Amino acid sequence: MQPPLPAPELLFGGGRRAGSDESMERRTPWPRTVMMLPTLVFFAAFVVIPMAMAVYYSFLRWNGIGQPQWTGGANWAMVFHDPQALHAMWLTLAITVLSWVIQTPLSLWIGVFLAGRQRYKNVFGILYFTPLLFSAAAIGITWSYILNPNFGLVLSLLKALGFPADSANILGNPRWALFTVACVVSWQFIPFHSLLYQSGSRQIPETLYEAAKIDGAGPWRMFFSITLPQLKYTVITSTVLILTGSLTYFDLIYVLTGGGPGDATNVLAMDMYKQAFVNQNVGYGSVLAVILAVVGVGLSLVMLRLTGYNRMDSQLEGV
Amino acid sequence: MQHRLRKAAAAAITLGGLAAGVAGCGNGGQTGNAGTSGNGTAAGQQNITLWDIQTGDLQKAIQSMVDDFNQSQSNIHATVQFFENDPYKQKLQVAMGSHSAPDIFFGWGGGILKSYIDARDVYDLTDALNKDPQWKNKFLPSVMSAVTFDGHIYGIPNNYVQPVFFFYNKKLFDQYGLQPPKTWDDLLHCVQVLKQHGVIPIALAGKDKWPDLMYEEYLVDRIGGPQVFDNIVAGKPDAWSDPAVLKANEMIQQLVDMGAFEPGYASVGYGDGEATALVYTDKAAMQLMGSWDFSSVLTNAKSMVDNGQLGWFPFPSVPSGAGNPADVAGNPSNFYSISMDSKNKDAALTFLHDAVLSDNTVKRLIDLGQVPPVQGIEDQLKQAKYGDYMTFQYDLVKNAPHFQLSWDQALPPAEAQQLLTDLDKVFLKQMTPQQFSDDMNKYLQKQ
Repeated sequence: MQPPLPAPELLFGGGRRAGSDESMERRTPWPRTVMMLPTLVFFAAFVVIPMAMAVYYSFLRWNGIGQPQWTGGANWAMVFHDPQALHAMWLTLAITVLSWVIQTPLSLWIGVFLAGRQRYKNVFGILYFTPLLFSAAAIGITWSYILNPNFGLVLSLLKALGFPADSANILGNPRWALFTVACVVSWQFIPFHSLLYQSGSRQIPETLYEAAKIDGAGPWRMFFSITLPQLKYTVITSTVLILTGSLTYFDLIYVLTGGGPGDATNVLAMDMYKQAFVNQNVGYGSVLAVILAVVGVGLSLVMLRLTGYNRMDSQLEGV
Repeated sequence: MQHRLRKAAAAAITLGGLAAGVAGCGNGGQTGNAGTSGNGTAAGQQNITLWDIQTGDLQKAIQSMVDDFNQSQSNIHATVQFFENDPYKQKLQVAMGSHSAPDIFFGWGGGILKSYIDARDVYDLTDALNKDPQWKNKFLPSVMSAVTFDGHIYGIPNNYVQPVFFFYNKKLFDQYGLQPPKTWDDLLHCVQVLKQHGVIPIALAGKDKWPDLMYEEYLVDRIGGPQVFDNIVAGKPDAWSDPAVLKANEMIQQLVDMGAFEPGYASVGYGDGEATALVYTDKAAMQLMGSWDFSSVLTNAKSMVDNGQLGWFPFPSVPSGAGNPADVAGNPSNFYSISMDSKNKDAALTFLHDAVLSDNTVKRLIDLGQVPPVQGIEDQLKQAKYGDYMTFQYDLVKNAPHFQLSWDQALPPAEAQQLLTDLDKVFLKQMTPQQFSDDMNKYLQKQ
């Protein structure tokens, strides 16, 4: 067993160990510092500095071109009374929960299935993983053709089943638009999460299953008593990625609905874009960006704390 | 697509203009004297610079116009620089703010130009035009309203008109014995008949939202006249609660209730060609769209145009409405204006007078299928390819007492954006006309 790598602890700031580790940290050998430097420079240039700038911008009244004006907390005071921003936050919460509920069981199922030994498994695998190769814009355009209410594939299918010609109003219906978008987003990301679950499942030692078989466990029992507990950290990783990913989800929604109909899919990331670049209100857009970033980081930290991921317990005691 | 670009451009310039206004006030009064400090290379030669954003064939037409001008002049030399649409707005704004603007700049008129005028960055052309009535009367009056503020004129039209009207599928109209509607009631009758026969009466590209706005622009103008929107632009309190706005939105919802638009209209786009496809595939009978839609049909279904199956008619009149039924909405033209910073204003004036929409330039534009807003070109248009279509557009604009600039270009970006979202909700019946007016009143802004 390898000792835990420092990276997760640095990133997630959890689980300081006893004295001996601390003193080692202080005497960091120089090659380590040198090797970390490029990453740190990138991290600073593309994460820390832009974040700090966004925080600074959030106190300005600025159209992105002319002279910025310092407005103090005016943008921040506005955001919690702005019905549009509150609506966008609600939609973001809804699409985050929907994404998790749709993606997790399906990814787990596909991932575990593909880690097994059945025939033609690789053929299935290639089919399932194909969406990973497409850009979000291509997926958006393809699905808007499929869902097109007048020329689309879904309409043809519905018509063939005897439904009337106006029954395929899916993305144009404010009630269904967000759910539909969540489904297309899931279609794009389920392959990635299946891949996580597939590799996670392959790490589970065969001996566990052999022992279970000897004890007379059936496939369901083995899934719930061995596979699922062993995949605990994969579930957490996948969940954190789904939650933070859905918070900032933008490109596919932009192509599919542009935030419409009305404001039915105008999630926070969409609203941020519109405020900053369409309404030319960079300060207010930055407020929304900072909220997204804080909620995203907070959510990840809470997830990791609650699940004990940061302690990196072994799942294979005694194996 | 063109419309979208223009809209974005307008949005950026509006803000740019405001910023330039702030910068311009600081060191105002720096007006060059024509001729005295000219940057001529040879003795007495005056150089003028012109900024434009045309591309493709239209760019060639502009370049030819400049070349012609330079050949005809012995001591004025004009240079034209072309920019990409989006960087142009920023460049112009920065140039205005730093008093390094070109002698002649390209613009959109309306509230955008107004913000530059308020910052005293634009030269007043009124005197020059009044001294030369022939020049002043060269242009179609309805187009000039976009560059006329308090009776002063600040720009000269430089390209072509893009009015909005209904396109219709003649085959479907003939099939069900329909005539192009002249009044709102006629239109409702057409909708009813088409609906009964299972044809989509009107294609609407609601996903892009700006096509919704065309209904609002026309209905408000037909019901209440141009003053209603002028009040909105001026930011007068409760301007959105004008009875004309409420009535217009009721009429829009009446269309929605009748099922006038295609299934899922809120997810049908114009940019991807769907809405127009409904018309040329005989699924939908009409579409309210800008004149650019003609080239979209021509590209995708040339036979429809060649067989005379594509028709067009002006937006119907609304009985008992206060507005003139001959008014049009859309994009009036683009304009050249002279910047206050120009050191060679006389030379720039000569350029505007001699070169812009000169006979040769007008001919080139007509050859490219565009309708320039100048008087007396009826015969030329009739002889051109698709002459009947061009003549229709020309007459529409020529006979219009008022040419309403698209609202999303005329309003500040945040108000325009909210308007598009709220109007979308009116079309979806998520908002009542009263809720629409109440909400929009919160976003009223003074330009």
